[in-house]
Amino acid sequence: MSYILDQEQLDGLEEALTTDLMTLGIQSVILIDMAGNVIVNLDDGKVRHDVYSLAALAAGNFGAVSAMASIIGEEEFSLLFHKGKSENINFTKIMDDFLLVSIFGNDVSLGYLRLKIDEVINKIKVLIDRTGSS
Amino acid sequence: MAFINTKTKEVQVKLVFVGPGRGGKTTNLEYIFSRIRHRIESDMVSIKTQGDRTLFFDFLPFELGAIKGYNVKTQLYTVPGQIKYNATRKLVLKGVDGIVFVADSMVDRRENNISALNNLKENLKFYDIDIADIPIVFQYNKRDMAMEGIPILDVETMEKDLNAQLKAPSFTASALKGDNVVPTVKKAISITIVAIREKLL
Repeated sequence: MSYILDQEQLDGLEEALTTDLMTLGIQSVILIDMAGNVIVNLDDGKVRHDVYSLAALAAGNFGAVSAMASIIGEEEFSLLFHKGKSENINFTKIMDDFLLVSIFGNDVSLGYLRLKIDEVINKIKVLIDRTGSS
Repeated sequence: MAFINTKTKEVQVKLVFVGPGRGGKTTNLEYIFSRIRHRIESDMVSIKTQGDRTLFFDFLPFELGAIKGYNVKTQLYTVPGQIKYNATRKLVLKGVDGIVFVADSMVDRRENNISALNNLKENLKFYDIDIADIPIVFQYNKRDMAMEGIPILDVETMEKDLNAQLKAPSFTASALKGDNVVPTVKKAISITIVAIREKLL
């Protein structure tokens, strides 16, 4: 399967992620697909991650965790979160094919971030639903 | 699952190296990385076992240049070749756009090549992909082994075993020495881009 996102969709995704997540003071947010492609990449201007490697590893990691869930009889694990000393990473699945990766410091509350992620996911779904694919 | 970004004029393509264990998939990527490392920002990512075997995948992203005004970002992956790692092998194939099948030319690996190809067919079927419908290039690797007196399969036999039906492009190669590694990947990228362009542009 291949798919295209047009300028209007990508602008909408960037705007939603900026308004709902970046304004919380998080370090970066990356919207990827499950193949590991980077769709939107936003950061606070202070970091310079290797986004493409991060996306490949995030997609692989998410796939591995989903497979583990399936083995133990769970449909999926609802919370996918890695805690570091100063930076943390949260993964949120969007529909079947997309993944939102949020990287944030200890000054941002995970609970509040997850609430905001829930809000932005609905906007992302509406925008992506118009995707042309073949 | 190629992604076309009309805003940044960018196409992202996923190419996966598959084949039997110890066939030279990682060596292919290492050679390509050694050739392009001066002009890419990323490192090659490898998730290996302690014994230096691929556990999950190797990953190497690079920019190919522009085609029809679109910047092509190619993402090269390998899968683990060992039979026991089929679950992770299947995961890496998710969203694959093109395949390089790295076959081992050594005579005693003939059955391994055939098993690996059958496994690839099954794993692609899991994603509703028929192997005949996906761009694929065969690489008959380790041709240099003949110089060391190790018996290798002749190309006709390998073609008959693996490529008789698909009739895909194929190359003899030595990933260790770098022979025909770049032509293999170039061919794989070009037929993958053509397939994507036919679908989308």
